[in-house]
Amino acid sequence: MRALRFFLPRDAGALAVGADGVARALHTTAQARGLAIELVRTGSRGLYWLEPMLELETPRGRIAFGAVEVGDIAAILDAVIADKPHAKSLGPTDAIPFLARQTRLTFKRCGVVDPLAPVAFKGLDAARRLGAQATIDAVTQSGLRGRGGAGFPTGIKWNTVRAAQGERKYIVCNADEGDSGTFADRMLMEGDPFALIEGMAIAGFAVGATKGFVYIRSEYPHAIATLDAALRIARANRQLGPDFDIEIRVGAGAYVCGEETALLESLEGRRGTVRAKPPLPAHRGLFGMPTVVNNVISLATVPWILANGAEAYRDFGMGKSRGTMPIQLAGNVKHGGLYETAFGVTLGALVDEIGGGTATGRPVRAVQVGGPLGAYFPRALFDTPFDYEAFAARDGLIGHGGIVVFDDGVDMAAQARFAMEFCAHESCGKCTPCRIGSTRGVETIDKIVAGQDRAANTALLEDLCQTLKFGSLCALGGFTPYPVLSALRHFPEYFGAGKSRQAAE
Amino acid sequence: MTWDNARADAIIEAYKALDGAALPILHALQKEFGYIDDAAIEPVAKALNLSRAEIHGVVTFYHDFRKTKPGRHVLRVCRAEACQSRGADALVEHAAVRAKGHDAALTLEPVFCLGLCATAPAAMLDGELYGRLTQKRLDALIDGCVR
Ligand SMILES: Cc1cc2nc3c(=O)[nH]c(=O)nc-3n(C[C@H](O)[C@H](O)[C@H](O)COP(=O)(O)O)c2cc1C
Ligand code: SF4
Ligand code: FES
Repeated sequence: MRALRFFLPRDAGALAVGADGVARALHTTAQARGLAIELVRTGSRGLYWLEPMLELETPRGRIAFGAVEVGDIAAILDAVIADKPHAKSLGPTDAIPFLARQTRLTFKRCGVVDPLAPVAFKGLDAARRLGAQATIDAVTQSGLRGRGGAGFPTGIKWNTVRAAQGERKYIVCNADEGDSGTFADRMLMEGDPFALIEGMAIAGFAVGATKGFVYIRSEYPHAIATLDAALRIARANRQLGPDFDIEIRVGAGAYVCGEETALLESLEGRRGTVRAKPPLPAHRGLFGMPTVVNNVISLATVPWILANGAEAYRDFGMGKSRGTMPIQLAGNVKHGGLYETAFGVTLGALVDEIGGGTATGRPVRAVQVGGPLGAYFPRALFDTPFDYEAFAARDGLIGHGGIVVFDDGVDMAAQARFAMEFCAHESCGKCTPCRIGSTRGVETIDKIVAGQDRAANTALLEDLCQTLKFGSLCALGGFTPYPVLSALRHFPEYFGAGKSRQAAE
Repeated sequence: MTWDNARADAIIEAYKALDGAALPILHALQKEFGYIDDAAIEPVAKALNLSRAEIHGVVTFYHDFRKTKPGRHVLRVCRAEACQSRGADALVEHAAVRAKGHDAALTLEPVFCLGLCATAPAAMLDGELYGRLTQKRLDALIDGCVR
C-alpha cells in the first residue's frame, strides 16, 4: 500500500492551538500500527476555527478533518483505513462552504502547498517578457490599490519611483501588520513566502531597484523564519535576478513603525518617528533614495496579475476597488479566519453569513473594521459593501481588511477609551494633539462615563477629536477619532446618554 | 547569560557594517543577554558613529527593548481588540495577580496583537504561541513558570 499522504499546517495560528502535538501523535500512532504515512506541513487555509485542520490526499481530492485534537488521531486513522466517516470529518476540503465561496487569487497556494517547495516565478517571467514599463502599466491597469490601509494605486507609486532619479532604488515591503484583527500578511509569509519574494523581484525589475528590505514585526517569529528560509532557496536557485537581493529586518514592537516613513526611519537605525511629506518616499525614501513602500499583500498579488493578466484581476470587484481582498474575520466570531473575495460583499454578509455570528452565540453588538484606527459599526450599517469608498462615506475605513466582532457584552465606552489609550501608548511624539491630547481623551471619557459634566465633557471630547484629526502629521493621531467618535455616535447608551441631566450633574 | 562587555563588543562588531545597523545590533544583544545594559550604549554609539543620546533614544523608543534583566520566563498576553472581544482584559489582570512576588521567575509584558486574532485570546510564553486561552490554561502555563 502507498503511504497515506497527510497535510497539516505549521502556520503560527495552527501551532498556537496544538498543531505540533497533532503531528507527533500522527507519526507515533502510524508507526505503532506499521502504517506508512507522509506528512506535509503547509501554511493555513485560513479556517482558524477548524485548526488544527488535518487533510488527507485521496483519489477524489483532499478531504479534511478539524478541529483535530491529539486524542482524535487513532480514531481518524481507523476511519481512514476503513473508509468510514469520522465525527471530525469535514468532507472534501474544497467543498467546505467557507472555502468554496472564496475567490483565492493572492492566497491560491497558501495552505495547499509546502511553503518551501520551490515554485516557478511565472509572473516574473511575464514581467521580463513585457519589459519594465509595460509591467508597471499592467499593475496600473489591474486597478490594484495598496492593501496596507491607504489604498493608493500601486502602479502609480511604481511609476513615480521608476521616473525618479537616484543612485540606487529600494523596494521596502511593509510587513509590520500591527492592526489588531489582521493576520493576512503573517499567513501569506508563512504559507506562500515565494509569492511575496516574487512580487518584490517584479517590483525591483519594474522600477530599477537593486535591493529590497522586508520589515517584519518581531511578534511574528514564525513568519520571519519561513520567509528567511524561502529567501535562501530563491537566492540559491537564482530566482531573484542577477542584480536584486532582499534582506529581512525585524521591528521592535512599535505600532507607528507601520507608517511608511516611520518604518524607513527605523530601517535606517533611528527611533520610529514620522517624517513630514513631502518629500514622498517615492522620491526620497530609504537612505534618501527613491523607494517603493508596499504592503505584503499588495506585493504578493502582483505575480498573479502578471501571470494571469491585468484584465483578469480587474474583472473582480466594484467601483474603484478592483480585484480581491483577503478579509480577516477575528475576535468574537464563530467562523474566524481569512476570506479572500472580490470587493463588494456587504459587512452583514461577512459577519453573519460567512462569519456565522459570534463565537459565544450572543448577538453581535459592534464590529471594528480596519484595525485600531478603524470605526466601530453597528448592525444598522451592515449593508455597507466592502469597498474603499463605501466605507469612507460612512466615516470608516477598510484598512488592511480586518473585522473584529464583539457581542453584547462589549462596553463601547471602554473600547473608545482603549483607542485613546493606544494612541497615547504608540504615539511617536511628534505632534502635541497625538502625544498629549490622547491622554486628555482618556481622562475625558472617564469623566463622561462617571457622569461628570456629561454634556460639556462630550463636547470637549468631540473638540479633541477635531484637533486630533486636523493637527496630526499621520493617521495614528489623525484617525484615532474614528473608533472614538463612531462609538460615541452609534452607541451613545454606553456613554450615559438617556440618563437624565440632573442625575448626571 | 549575564552581561559581558567583551561578548557585547563581539556582537556589535558582527553587525555594525549593516546599513542602519542599530536595530539588528540591539536585537542581537537582547537575544544574547535578555536585555540591553546601559553599558552597551557607548560602544554601540561609537560603532555606528552616533551620539550616546541617539542610541539611548532608540533603546527607549521601542517597546521590545528591555533595560533590565527579565525573569526566567517572559509571558506576553495580548491586549489588543480582537483578544479583548474574547475576554483578554480579565486574563491580563489574572496574570498580573498570579505573577506577583515571582519577579525572578516570570516577567509579564504587554503585547498588542500576535496575529492570532481568529483564535483569541492569545499569548506568547518564551516565544511559544498559545491561542483559545482560558483562565485554566493560563494558570497551567504560569504554574509551569513559578513552580
Ligand atoms: C500608524 C500607521 C500604521 C500603519 N501600519 C501599517 C502596517 O502595519 N502595514 C502596512 O502595510 N501599512 C501600514 N500603514 C500604511 C503605510 O503607511 C503605507 O501606506 C503602506 O505601507 C503603503 O503600502 P501599500 O500602498 O501597498 O498599502 C500604517 C499607517 C499608519 C499611519
Ligand atoms: S500623529 Fe502621532 S504618531 Fe503620527 S506623527 Fe504625529 S505624533 Fe507621531
Ligand atoms: S488581537 Fe490578540 S492576537 Fe491579534
